[in-house]
Order: sequence, then C-alpha cells, then structure tokens
Amino acid sequence: MSTTVAAAPAGRPGRAKAPSSGPSGRDDGKGQRPGLARTNAGRSLGLLIAVVTLAVCLLGSLAIGARSLPLPDVWNALFAFDGSEAAFIVRDLRVPRALLGLIVGAALGVSGALIQALTRNPLADPGILGVNAGAGFAVTLGIAFLGLTSFEGYLALSFAGAIVVTTAVYALGSAGRAGATPVKLTLVGVALSAVLAGISSAIALLRPDVFDEMRGWAAGSLAARGWDTFWNVLPFITVGLVLALLSARSLNAVALGDDLARSLGASVGRTRVVVVIAVTLLAGAATAAAGPIGFVGLMIPHIARWFVGPDQRWIMLYTMVCAPILLVLSDTVGRIVLSPQELQVGIVTAFIGAPVLILLVRRKKASGL
Amino acid sequence: MSTAPFNFGRPTLVSRGRRWSFRFDVRTALTCAVFLVLTAGAVLVSLAYGTYEIPLGDVMRALAGNGEGGARTVIVEWRLPRALLAVLFGAALAIAGAVFQSISRNPLGSPDIIGFSSGSYTGALVVMLISGGGYYQVAAGSLLGGIATAFLVFVLAYRQGTQAFQLIIVGIAISAMLGAFNTWLILRADIEEAMLAAVWGGGSLNSLGYDQLWPVLAILAVLVPLTLATGPSMRQLELGDDAASALGTRTNVIRLVAVVLGVGLTALVTASAGPIAFVSLVAPQIARRITRTSSVALVPSAVLGAFLLVVADLIGQRIFAPVQLPVGIVTVSIGGMYFVWLLVREARRNS
Repeated sequence: MSTTVAAAPAGRPGRAKAPSSGPSGRDDGKGQRPGLARTNAGRSLGLLIAVVTLAVCLLGSLAIGARSLPLPDVWNALFAFDGSEAAFIVRDLRVPRALLGLIVGAALGVSGALIQALTRNPLADPGILGVNAGAGFAVTLGIAFLGLTSFEGYLALSFAGAIVVTTAVYALGSAGRAGATPVKLTLVGVALSAVLAGISSAIALLRPDVFDEMRGWAAGSLAARGWDTFWNVLPFITVGLVLALLSARSLNAVALGDDLARSLGASVGRTRVVVVIAVTLLAGAATAAAGPIGFVGLMIPHIARWFVGPDQRWIMLYTMVCAPILLVLSDTVGRIVLSPQELQVGIVTAFIGAPVLILLVRRKKASGL
Repeated sequence: MSTAPFNFGRPTLVSRGRRWSFRFDVRTALTCAVFLVLTAGAVLVSLAYGTYEIPLGDVMRALAGNGEGGARTVIVEWRLPRALLAVLFGAALAIAGAVFQSISRNPLGSPDIIGFSSGSYTGALVVMLISGGGYYQVAAGSLLGGIATAFLVFVLAYRQGTQAFQLIIVGIAISAMLGAFNTWLILRADIEEAMLAAVWGGGSLNSLGYDQLWPVLAILAVLVPLTLATGPSMRQLELGDDAASALGTRTNVIRLVAVVLGVGLTALVTASAGPIAFVSLVAPQIARRITRTSSVALVPSAVLGAFLLVVADLIGQRIFAPVQLPVGIVTVSIGGMYFVWLLVREARRNS
C-alpha cells in the first residue's frame, strides 16, 4: 500500500501522537496505556470476581423465567432429578439455554477482541469480516428459495454462509503483495457485508413472507434452541477459543505494527490466518446458533481493555468471562421485562451494555483505547 | 493559467489573480469533470427511461421548454425533480461522509458515529408505527430523532471539550440502544406496516417532487459552501490536533463546525428520503482512489456521490419494474461491489 487511508484508529486528539511511520507500521498508542488493574494479582482478583458473577448469572437464568422457580427446586432438578415439571423445565429448557448463552457470549466477545487486535481498529466488530452478512444472506436465500422455516434448518446454512463470506473477504483483502493489511481487510469486509445485506433486504422487500421470517431471525435470540443446537456449535466454539488463546501472544506483537512485530520474531502472516480462522469459527457458530447479536463483540473487549491494559492474554481471558455475563444476564432480563412475552436477547444486550459503556467512558482514567 | 514552476510530484494548474489564487490538481479536476459529464448523462437517461419511454431528442426539447404536452409533463413535472434530488442528495451525503471520515480519521467514520442515523430511523419508526402520520410527519420525526440523538451523544460525551474518542464510543453505545429499539418496533408491527417502514429505512426517492426540491436546494445552497470553506482547515486537522494548532487552526471550533455541518447535510437527506446507506461511506473512498490523493477530499467526493445516487436510483426503478427498490439498497449493492473491485485492483497495482 502506498497511500494512507485516513485510517489511524480513531485517535485521541489532544494527546501527542507518534508520527506514523507508514501505513503498516502505525503505532496507535494502544501499547502504552495501562489498565485500571496494574498488577497481575489485581487482574487475577478481578477475573475471580467476574467468574463468580458469571456463576450467579447462570444460576439466576436457571431460576428466573415465565415460571420462576425457587433455587432449591433448581438444585433438585440439577442434582436430584425427581421427574417433576420444574425439573423438566430446568433440564430441558433452561440449562441448555444458559449453556448456549455461555458459549455464544464467550464466542462473540472473544471474536470481537481478536478482530480489534488484528485490524488495530477499536471500532471493528466480528461483523466486519462479513460474518453476520454472510449468515443473513444464506438464511435469506434459504427462506426464499429453499423454503426453510425451521431454526435447525437455518443453523447449518448460516454457518456455511458465514464461513464462505469470511473466506471471500480474506481472499479479496489479501490481494497484492502487502497481504491482508488491517485497513484493506476492514474496507473489503464492510463493503462486501453491505453488498450482501443490500441484496438480502432487496429479496426481503420483494417477498413479504421472507421479510416476516427474517425480522424474527435478525433480532437474535436464545429461545427454544435446545440441547441439539448447543452440541452442534460447541466443538467449533471450543476450537475457536483455543486458537484465540494461542494467538494472544502474537497479537501483542502485532499491536506494535507489522514491521516491529516481524522484527520481534512474530509471524504476522500466520497470526492473521489463525486469527481469521478463529473469528470465523467463533462468530460464525455464535451467529448460526443465536442469530446476529451485535454490541457484545464490539464493547466487551473495550471494557476488558480498560480494566487490564493492553495485554491480549488478559483481554482474552476477561472477555471470555465478561461477555457471557452480559449475554446471560440480558437473556434473563428479556424473559421478565415484558412478561409473558419474551424480549429477544439481541435487543436487550444493547440496553444493558450501553449504559455501562457510557459510564466507563466518562470516567477520567478510562479514556484510552 | 500557467503550470506551476516547481515539481510537486503531481501535475497542478495554478491560476492567480490580484486578490486570489487557485491551485487545481490536474487529476482531481479531470476526475471531477469526467464524473460531472457522466452524471449529466445519467440524469438524461433517467429522464428518458421509465414505464413510458421517451426518445432522447424529445427529452432535450422538453427540457429546452418546447415539446408536446404529454412528454413534457412526464419529463419536467415527474422525472426531473426526482433526478435532480438524486444529484443533490448524493452530493450532500458524500460531503457529509468526507467530513466525518476526515474528522474521525477513520474510513468507517460517518454520522452514524454520533448516533444520527439510528436516531432518525427511530424517530421515523415511532411516527410510522405508533403515532401514525404522512410524509411531513415522518420527515419531522426523523429530523427530531436524529438531532435529539446527536445532541444527547454530545452531552454525554462532553467533558471539558469534546474528544473524538469519547464521542465515537458514546455514539456507538447510543446507536446500539436505538438500533435494538428499532428492531423491537419492527418486530411487533404488522407485516404491511413493517415493510413500509423497511422501505423508508432503505432510503427511497419514490414520490418526491418539486415540493421537496426547492426547500432542499435552498438549504443546500447555504450548507454546501460553508462546508467547502472548512475544507482547508480539515486538511490541517488530519495532521493531528497538535500540529494543526501549531499551524494556527482552532481545532475544537473547526471540529464542532464541521460536525454540525455534516450532521445538517445528513439530516436534510434523511428527513426527505430516509437513510440512504453507504453513499457517505463509499463515495469519499472511491473518489480518493480515483484521484489518488492522500486524504478524502470534499469536491470529488460530492461529484462521485451525485453520480452514484443517480445511477443507483435509475437501477432501483428499472431492475424489478414495476416494483421499485429503495435506492439505498441499490447504492449498497452496486457501490459496495465497485468499491471491492477498486480495493483489489489497487492492491494488485501496488505489488
């Protein structure tokens, strides 16, 4: 690339910026900002608190719903199955739903952290590689031309769509000798996503039946998924999470810019491929299981970064725990807020997450990316 | 006119008078001229084609003011205002996009970053799906929603001056909440109403006429020159706040003025035609790649935006005729594909 898009990640005016050394060797200052927790002991303590919070949220999501159950009943249903109706509700409906929330949340959050680290753009979310658009496009085609109406039918199709489109984005984005630079990946991803979303909505607007199905799918929900969905996506998400943790170290080097990362011995090209595979698996599986859920992948990594600083290893761990908190909590809240109707989890996440984010950004210490 | 005596790397034309001087980058000027001609051509074509086709000769005669009654009515009364609005809206959106991309120093920068688009969609949806209302009520609702959201984002992000970073984060947060609310509104609505709302949300020039053209023209005549005047200062802002201050730019003032103008331009288009997606994102980037300049520029962006929207509207009207697709959906599809192709070609050429 010989030219610089005005693409330095949204900078912090008012602070001195290191002059950029070139489009690929840009230092956006991310590498120098410590988080709120400055010692590993503090970070570990915070992680412990987050894990406990997550456990409480999971337990709450088992007990609360259209029919709320007292905690002893939940306990009995889990560990002393007695065949009562409450036990069936917990075992067949709420446990798979809570566990699905857990893995989908972790997948969305970690894929967001990965894509932000890879593109060095704090505004990036997993959707930027075309995951949501690909899944949505495939589901639209499935409804319109294959006559699919069941959720299980969407699952495989949306996962396939996500993988195909992400691969296409990566292939187009890595044209030329410079390879898949962050700016190119971002722009290609956004453009291709927009094209697919445009065609999807054109189809939906020409076909009211498709429109009706799509508006339900597009809200994103964990309701009525069952154990099958959980077992179907679990292997993909597990592999994705392992790849994410393995590439965290190299991403620390990549954060310094491609040139510096190379001189530190990191293999930039290989890291990119591994990260893109991980993002595809994580976000693709999550979207296949629950529909497009925004905001989690965009925002949880920010919150994690503010707390633990720029080390990707800690960011990944925190995101892995905090993102499910947001998703499971939102899912539980969505069940009771409009009871007896349910509010889709994709709608609730923004309403719970956004105020937290605004409070954080108004804190004095938390003004770095 | 004479060529510049120094070699600045790119051919430029300099024109000096006693009180003024202009410097034209040759490639930029040529690009603008070519795309202006193409835009004019596209407008002519969109005047001639439709359910009722009219030969180009008759179109010219009707535009010149003479010609038989029927054709004249179709061209001057029905098709011309729509085509002109497409030109104006495209230019306005592209300028707004260039402003926001320059200020946020991010190719994804757009009025969305301060929550404007989702706010105006919310306003329009509330009018369409809850309170009910015609064209002007929807326009007012979207205007109110967008401006209220932008204001809210500014207030929440304010802390001893607005910093771009906080603005973006707060904007994303508020947008996400409004987006979720919009999804919910669409979900709980009747299918017919929801589809009408989705058409508005796609951005459409259907049923626009002279009633909309004159006010839009008047407002743009104020906003566009003001925005172009901030261009040089924004070039300096792109160097970073410190460097810009050192060069004598009042960074906070310029940024605020530019944001207000950018929002004003977007608000005008959104209120009249719905949120036409992607023109503001893609036109500055396409222009930058065609003119091969180092940063997004206002005038080439405007010309490209106009061209893009006219062509997109023509396609949207004709491709599934008699069903008209919202123009926003076409801009996204066509503009996006062209943009991908440009990116790939650029990468190939550089290697």
